[in-house]
Amino acid sequence: MDIIDRRLNPKAKSLGNRQRFLRRAKAEIRESVRDALKRRKVSDVDAGEKVKIRSKSLREPSFGLGSGTGKRDFVLPGNKEFSVGDVIRKPEGGAGGSGSKGSPDGEGEDDFVFQLTRDEFLDIFFEDLKLPNLVKAKLKSIATPERIRAGISSDGSPSRLNKVRTMRNSLARRIALRRPKVSEVEELEQLIAVLEAESPRDEERINMLRARLARLNFVRKIVAYIDPIDLKYNRFERVPRPKTQAVMFCLMDVSASMTEQLKDLAKRFFMLLHLFLSRHYTAVDVVFIRHTTEAQEVDEETFFRDTETGGTVISTALEEMQRIVKERYPVDDWNIYAAQASDGHNFDDDMERCLELLNNDLLPLCQYFAYIEVAPEDGMPSMQSVAWSGYTEVAAANPHFAMKRVTNPGEIYPVFRELFAAQPAKEARR
Amino acid sequence: MSGAKANRPLFEKADWDFDLINRTYDAISEIGVGEMGLNIYPNQIEVITAEQMLDAYASIGMPNMYRHWSFGKHFAREEALYRKGARALAYELVINSDPCINYIMEENTMTMQTLVMAHAAMGHNHFFKNNYMFRQWTDATSILDYLRYAKDYIVECEQKVGTERVEMVIDSAHALMNQGISRYPVHRRSVRALRDRDVARREYEEATYNELWRTVPRSALPKPPPDPEARANLKDSEALGLPQENLLYFLEKHAPKLDEWQREILRIVRMLAQYFYPQRQTKVMNEGCATFCHYEIMNRLYDKGLITEGSMLEFMHSHSSVVFQPRFEDRFYSGMNPYALGFAMMRDIQRMCLTPTEEDKAWFPEFAGNGDPMGTLKEAWADYRDDSFIQQYLSPKVIRDFRLFSIHDSSDSPFVEVKSIHDETGYRRVRNALAAQYDSPARDPDIQVVSADLAGGRRLTLQHRVRNGVLLEKEQCDRTLQHVAHLWGYRVKMAEVDNDSGKTLKEHEALPLP
Repeated sequence: MDIIDRRLNPKAKSLGNRQRFLRRAKAEIRESVRDALKRRKVSDVDAGEKVKIRSKSLREPSFGLGSGTGKRDFVLPGNKEFSVGDVIRKPEGGAGGSGSKGSPDGEGEDDFVFQLTRDEFLDIFFEDLKLPNLVKAKLKSIATPERIRAGISSDGSPSRLNKVRTMRNSLARRIALRRPKVSEVEELEQLIAVLEAESPRDEERINMLRARLARLNFVRKIVAYIDPIDLKYNRFERVPRPKTQAVMFCLMDVSASMTEQLKDLAKRFFMLLHLFLSRHYTAVDVVFIRHTTEAQEVDEETFFRDTETGGTVISTALEEMQRIVKERYPVDDWNIYAAQASDGHNFDDDMERCLELLNNDLLPLCQYFAYIEVAPEDGMPSMQSVAWSGYTEVAAANPHFAMKRVTNPGEIYPVFRELFAAQPAKEARR
Repeated sequence: MSGAKANRPLFEKADWDFDLINRTYDAISEIGVGEMGLNIYPNQIEVITAEQMLDAYASIGMPNMYRHWSFGKHFAREEALYRKGARALAYELVINSDPCINYIMEENTMTMQTLVMAHAAMGHNHFFKNNYMFRQWTDATSILDYLRYAKDYIVECEQKVGTERVEMVIDSAHALMNQGISRYPVHRRSVRALRDRDVARREYEEATYNELWRTVPRSALPKPPPDPEARANLKDSEALGLPQENLLYFLEKHAPKLDEWQREILRIVRMLAQYFYPQRQTKVMNEGCATFCHYEIMNRLYDKGLITEGSMLEFMHSHSSVVFQPRFEDRFYSGMNPYALGFAMMRDIQRMCLTPTEEDKAWFPEFAGNGDPMGTLKEAWADYRDDSFIQQYLSPKVIRDFRLFSIHDSSDSPFVEVKSIHDETGYRRVRNALAAQYDSPARDPDIQVVSADLAGGRRLTLQHRVRNGVLLEKEQCDRTLQHVAHLWGYRVKMAEVDNDSGKTLKEHEALPLP
């Protein structure tokens, strides 16, 4: 008999099968991901997901006998009260009790639920949004590298010289090699001067002192004040570490003209922005501001669920944002991002106020301001909405203001491309 | 080795190590091979983790299975059930190969490892090696090599033509797996042997030629079919070997549009189907044999003092849940439990050999009271499959114990009728009905290729010979037929013909998708 320990064999031997299965079940999975996005919080897009499989395309058919036709005999165990000739009414819903034959492959496996990993989930989420591969990889990586201090080294560039360490080394060396101090030399020189002024001059002593002074100066010359071996530099290392903090303002029009579908589009936009931001910053706060003719800060649930009635005054939301920034998010400590989603309706005479607010107060505060105009897919693309035409001039004047019209999830990404292409330039501002 | 240690248990704790497993295996094999006279392949015991067990499960229990999405689906499903706690994993998995590979799980307690070795390494192993079905249909020495070849071949195909095209062929082949079995061993004669036979016949005719026979009127001889079209059809049928019940074989050999690699994949799936064919037909016997062996071995180990009372209780607990047969009304009822039925019948045979009653002597005069239970059982294990085993050995006592009764169900009546129960007049009828229930060729739909119309539109006609009016499940049939059409490349028709009257009850058709 041989006994073999296979426990250390490579794990996940079935990975290939799983990938093939996921490819096959893509339709279902995408459906589940879509459902999940509706359910999830903006800040919560980043986790695995359960998927329910019920599609016919995933069943494996075979020729099998149907249960509704013909005559058959079968044997059952556990008879208690029946005797020959008894008749029993069949249970409702077809031939129950005929346990002698199972479904063709032995089990009913129509419906089952399984777990998607975080990566698999994000892959599908990204696929809908048509993200380029490089961006996908970047978003999936949990941390971005950053330089941190990593001790000191004996070489480096002059700008990284560590003065304290260098001086400490220099001092220690000077003491160890008995380098004469300036005061010692000066004292000696004074003494010589005093002796030379005396009469009669004690030549012998003066000569002795002169020789000593010469020696001191010689030692000072060969033992340098700062020697190359004293130099110490600060060392830095690149380690993966998320950066500081950011706040993300989600502004959305919730008037009756914003349908569920439009809100769903907006939600995906907010989710993606949150993903991007959470890759760049340690902590990301999300503030939801909804508005009709007046604005208020709400929690996420209310933000996406409730529909208010009434018209639309965008400036109210901008004012509310300005107020919150002033109150809670000082510009020195926070990177401020804003994303506004709307169907473009606004009271005509409100636009002027909006532009004023944006140009003078908000845009100088923000790292980036993105405006997304969501429109139903059958909407007229050429139609210029009030907000759109108003914002066009803002966009022209401010590079960190982006606007985009979106009718399906695939169009969301380009906004981000602009956003993150512009990012390096602003790195310095932070 | 047992002499010195006879009264010291092999282990007292739940933990196991390799050395302990080795010693325990020796003790088990001394009982199994030494005392019970089991004839087994050499064993190879492999310790695996739960995840690996799930893995093996998903690939229909075979190591080194080729890759296919359906295995991924089974894995996801099994894993979900396992994580939910809805299903415990099997304690072992055993492969009919030489050497016989037994997988045991690392989290089993030592008692369970002992049970598993007695069950699989002795019971299943003996059955694989000795049962005529396995000896006839499977080649234990080559199966692992064949699987490795199959896996490599399919990987190669995937690299050459793309995963998706390969997958489509495997999908179709899997759908026809149950129709990929040759139920009767083929006697192949070489062309030379056929010519020799013809020559011998002619010589015989010449040697026995008698002028007198020429005067006998010849009208009794069969005439060739007059209609040239019918004759062409007949010729086609002969060339194609029709009617043919092995659909996969037929398609592999004759489908006009398949590439070489596609034929080879069909062949691989067909070989696997054939390999599993005996297992499907000997479920009751195989599990019964293994369960009987582990029960016997564990008890003997206990009698020798080699396992503790604690282990024995643990064993009894899992043994009794394995051989539990829920009543038909029970929420947990899902057909006859093969472990329960097989074990009960084999224990009953043992009882009848040793302490027969009058009834047993009347029913089983051949072996009742012969005092040789192992000999009788070994004969049964070697020469029967489920249906014939039940037909031959199901005793009135087991029928009474299980309270079996047979039911007649006709689809046009809202009632089912109780035909027979466990009484004097019913025993034989229940036994016949239960045996028929396990008769796999009679239970599977009888589907054959009957014509291919090679000269015309190349429409393939399949025929389902309907028994007792039980038709194919329509949706499944249509979808499977689609797979046949995909492989055949032209229109495919399925005719459901009543076996008794010859009337066509229903027809299905499928066209290959462009």
